[in-house]
Amino acid sequence: MAATSRTPGTITGNRGLQIEEPLIFEQGTAGRTGVDLAEPVPGEDRLGGLAREGEIGLPGLSEPEVMRHFMRLSQKNFAIDSGFYPLGSCTMKHNPRLNERLARLPGLADLHPMQPEATVQGALELIDSLARWLKVLTGMEAVALSPAAGAQGELCGMMCIRAALEAKGDARRRVLVPESAHGTNPATAAACGYDIDAVANNARGRVDLAAVKAKLGDDVAGIMLTNPNTCGLFEDEILEIAEAVHEVGAYFYCDGANFNAIVGKVRPGDLGIDAMHLNLHKTFSTPHGGGGPGSGPVVLSGGLAPFAPLPFVVHGKEGFRLVEHRGRSEDEGLSAIGRLKGFHGQMGMFVRALAYMMSHGADGLRQVAEDAVLNANYLLAGLKDVLTVSYPGPCMHEVLFDDGFLEDTGVSTLDFAKALIDEGFHPTTIYFPLVVHGAMLMEPTETESKASLDQFIATVRGLAAGARSGDAAKFHDAPKLTPRRRLDETGAARNPVLRWRPAPDKAAE
Amino acid sequence: MSEMKFSDEHEWIRLDGDIGTVGITDYAQEQLGDVVYVELPEIGKQVKSGDEMAVVESVKAASEVYAPVSGEVTEVNETLSDAPETVNADALGAGWFVKIRLGDPSELDKLMDEAAYSAFTAGLG
Amino acid sequence: MRYLPLTDNDRQAMLAAIGVASIEDLFADVPAAARLEAPLDLPDHAGEMEVERAIAGLAARNLSPATAPSFLGAGAYRHHLPATVDYLIQRGEFLTSYTPYQPEVSQGTLQYLFEFQTQVALLTAMDVANASMYDGASACAEAVMMARRITGRNKVVLSGGLHPHYRETAATFARYSNAEFAAAPPDVEGVEDLGAMIDGETACVVVQNPAFFGHLGDLAPLAARCAESGAVMIVAVTEVVSLGAVRPPGEMGADIVVAEGQSLGNPLGFGGPYVGLLATRDKHVRQMPGRIVGETTDVDGRRGWVLTLSTREQHIRRDKATSNICTNSGLCALAFTVHLALLGSAGLKRLAAINHSVAVRAADVLGAVPGVEVLNDTFFNEFTLRLSKPAGAVADKLAQRGVLGGVPVSRFYPRESELANLLLVAVSETNSEADIAAFAGALEALL
Repeated sequence: MAATSRTPGTITGNRGLQIEEPLIFEQGTAGRTGVDLAEPVPGEDRLGGLAREGEIGLPGLSEPEVMRHFMRLSQKNFAIDSGFYPLGSCTMKHNPRLNERLARLPGLADLHPMQPEATVQGALELIDSLARWLKVLTGMEAVALSPAAGAQGELCGMMCIRAALEAKGDARRRVLVPESAHGTNPATAAACGYDIDAVANNARGRVDLAAVKAKLGDDVAGIMLTNPNTCGLFEDEILEIAEAVHEVGAYFYCDGANFNAIVGKVRPGDLGIDAMHLNLHKTFSTPHGGGGPGSGPVVLSGGLAPFAPLPFVVHGKEGFRLVEHRGRSEDEGLSAIGRLKGFHGQMGMFVRALAYMMSHGADGLRQVAEDAVLNANYLLAGLKDVLTVSYPGPCMHEVLFDDGFLEDTGVSTLDFAKALIDEGFHPTTIYFPLVVHGAMLMEPTETESKASLDQFIATVRGLAAGARSGDAAKFHDAPKLTPRRRLDETGAARNPVLRWRPAPDKAAE
Repeated sequence: MSEMKFSDEHEWIRLDGDIGTVGITDYAQEQLGDVVYVELPEIGKQVKSGDEMAVVESVKAASEVYAPVSGEVTEVNETLSDAPETVNADALGAGWFVKIRLGDPSELDKLMDEAAYSAFTAGLG
Repeated sequence: MRYLPLTDNDRQAMLAAIGVASIEDLFADVPAAARLEAPLDLPDHAGEMEVERAIAGLAARNLSPATAPSFLGAGAYRHHLPATVDYLIQRGEFLTSYTPYQPEVSQGTLQYLFEFQTQVALLTAMDVANASMYDGASACAEAVMMARRITGRNKVVLSGGLHPHYRETAATFARYSNAEFAAAPPDVEGVEDLGAMIDGETACVVVQNPAFFGHLGDLAPLAARCAESGAVMIVAVTEVVSLGAVRPPGEMGADIVVAEGQSLGNPLGFGGPYVGLLATRDKHVRQMPGRIVGETTDVDGRRGWVLTLSTREQHIRRDKATSNICTNSGLCALAFTVHLALLGSAGLKRLAAINHSVAVRAADVLGAVPGVEVLNDTFFNEFTLRLSKPAGAVADKLAQRGVLGGVPVSRFYPRESELANLLLVAVSETNSEADIAAFAGALEALL
């Protein structure tokens, strides 16, 4: 009889190392604290009669209880440190621990952002170094480092484009976006006040050049492409697209989420790109942290550089300075679009990314791209006869399959993904991009060993065979071996419970 | 009660006097999946044919519902706020969204009858 | 290279399996003109020791607040972080896990985010909160957009006590929308009356408490005025420890609360990454941007958690999304959650009381220095000094003497000469009596 997590048959409901852990609010004692603090000095306050009264309602736990609580939670999570995450478009590569050590150095971790500039010259130089690495790797003239994540980077890039057009007195209305684009792209364009005009892919999975040319006009502000694109393919007509876009006076924005495929081998500046955001938490190994924080610097052409947001670091005769307000010249932020967040940017991620870049070096980063592309093509070679390849030919750093191979099996892409979980893998990206049915987008990254890939290939082949031989029930039941099985997302959305609340009789305590 | 007419945005309308009851079709609710929330317009709102009139949300999608005809919203289906699943269970009946007093009954002529709508959805694949 | 598992033998075997002669065959789609042949002007790979030496060298050139009496605030605050916090956030299952889109293998992340959402709602005395945003300033900008969606109006009133970065960020986000901003002048004395600026076209009023210049205010009258006009009141909190001592915005009629959570769990880090909080009332929950975690059950009937209400987000709604935001501040939110779990209500209240009492002591000592005037009657742990000389130069000279003595207001308002002598001073439990004496002594020598 196969084991399931349904019936541990234990008194506690625990299952060996897997512990059923309640919320912190269901534990603890009022009045207890896990931090030893001195007695406050008594005296009158200056709170103007606005002292907080009544209970806040936070539970009181000792340090051992807090430690045990969060340790137990951690044990319910899959992580790169524990296994393979072939998530297309996420670049789930190894997160080096050197980065963590260096981000925590005294003199970096504990600096206040508003210290006098003379006291943080090392920090400003670090930011300047990172900027230089990014500009050289991308072949672009300028970089805006403040955006907090990729989506904010996109907003930054598109706002610079709109600002540049308005500075020429040439406001335009439309932005072209491929149907295969990540959802942040049209959301960003809309946030900049643009109308989105979707461009179809061709049969080869690339943006259709003729379709682009047909839609271009002098009311087009720009095109937002991803390269390699979300189908894992290099846009081989990119130079022609860039030329056509520039010819009508529009700008070329590139979503740099897939930079891992070409870093050190191709420079976006050589492709005619005017603005591109990078995801430090993808290509440059800063940790995903369960959903964040990220960092989304934007490299910019010379034409867009004057509009970069505040603040930015400049290197003058007397050292490094922060330009935080619009000054008198473009070098002093005269035309800057403004500020996108508080303070200077995700400094902790800058330290990590710089450590990573320095560790790999230019030669190593080139090898990163080559191994990433090699690994993805190895998956393609090992799986193309059992899964349905969406587009022919070699892929770049990620490979796209769709659910053609599951036809008439009663097994969906979702079911297939859930079965992978019981096998010890995180599922691939599913149902993205939208241009194929039941998409499965796999990105191994360069930090996956050949042995790991061989095991994954063998597993997927086995699952595909199982689906096609009629074992649909196994897929519908999956996953069975996880701390929780499939969860009711419909119920969660129909009757949202978004916080713990005390039971009514306890509310008075 | 007259026959049902259908729009190419998958709304249906059934006329009774000058009041049309409007909902989304079975095809639409199936595409959406489990409906979790419905946002209905205010009573008294004036709509033109093709205007965004309501929003229907499932776990995986949120879709606009468009007015198939012009007129004034006279009633909305309050039960959908507690029981949005009614849209899935009975899209053509108890899962109705709004009632509209038609400004121009001739607009109904532009909509499809049942046979035409069936052919339309069959063609969508 | 230590991060690359493939050996040359592996690469050869894999190329053979793929059926190509060299890796360059897999880059065939790259136009010849775009292929990099010449080496880039960047160093080659380096071992850990070399990288550490280089970056430690940069770190050593900075004056750390850990080594000098430090009284810097203005939206980021130095507090003691319990050792447990950094240990837990470095667990690989937290550090290296992804967004919890597959809930069966992410219950750890989902549960702590649910706890975080609850903590934020309790702290702010609001109904519901999201699973964090990038920082307080961008959360504020998102709240303004949320208020405009709720009311369908375009006018935004910004308090003169709102942190200048929050004012600027809100304006930048709305640059290409129909929003019209009316910003009240810097409210140095804490006496502004925004009532006259509110009318039937006002979408929202954004205030901060404790305000940028430190003052505390009862926001209930302003809330009533907003309600009268159908405007949304957004309250920003830049120092969340204040919520352990000061009446929370939810008890003063706030419709939306935004905050910077950095004070709990997160180091100063030269400005980031931080963690934005956003909380609101139940009736606005479907307009709330960002990720949200909800409780549910699995097929075995056991309680668990999932990301929910996602249909408002970019990956589904695309151009009609409530926001383009994708990531939240995951690990920073975890740090916040752990720190607050360690503190509990009792610890937070005590921490807040210590902060306030040390600040009162510092205000009294500094106010006694000739040439120094304390402008605040009320404050939590940050107040404004008017000096007899421009504060920017004073702050620079204090730093040369090894004291990080406050943030000059001119750093935020460089062109307002009437603010040039103002210094923002923040105090926390990390400041000793000796720190205060050192600051006062250095200040006296300079003025």
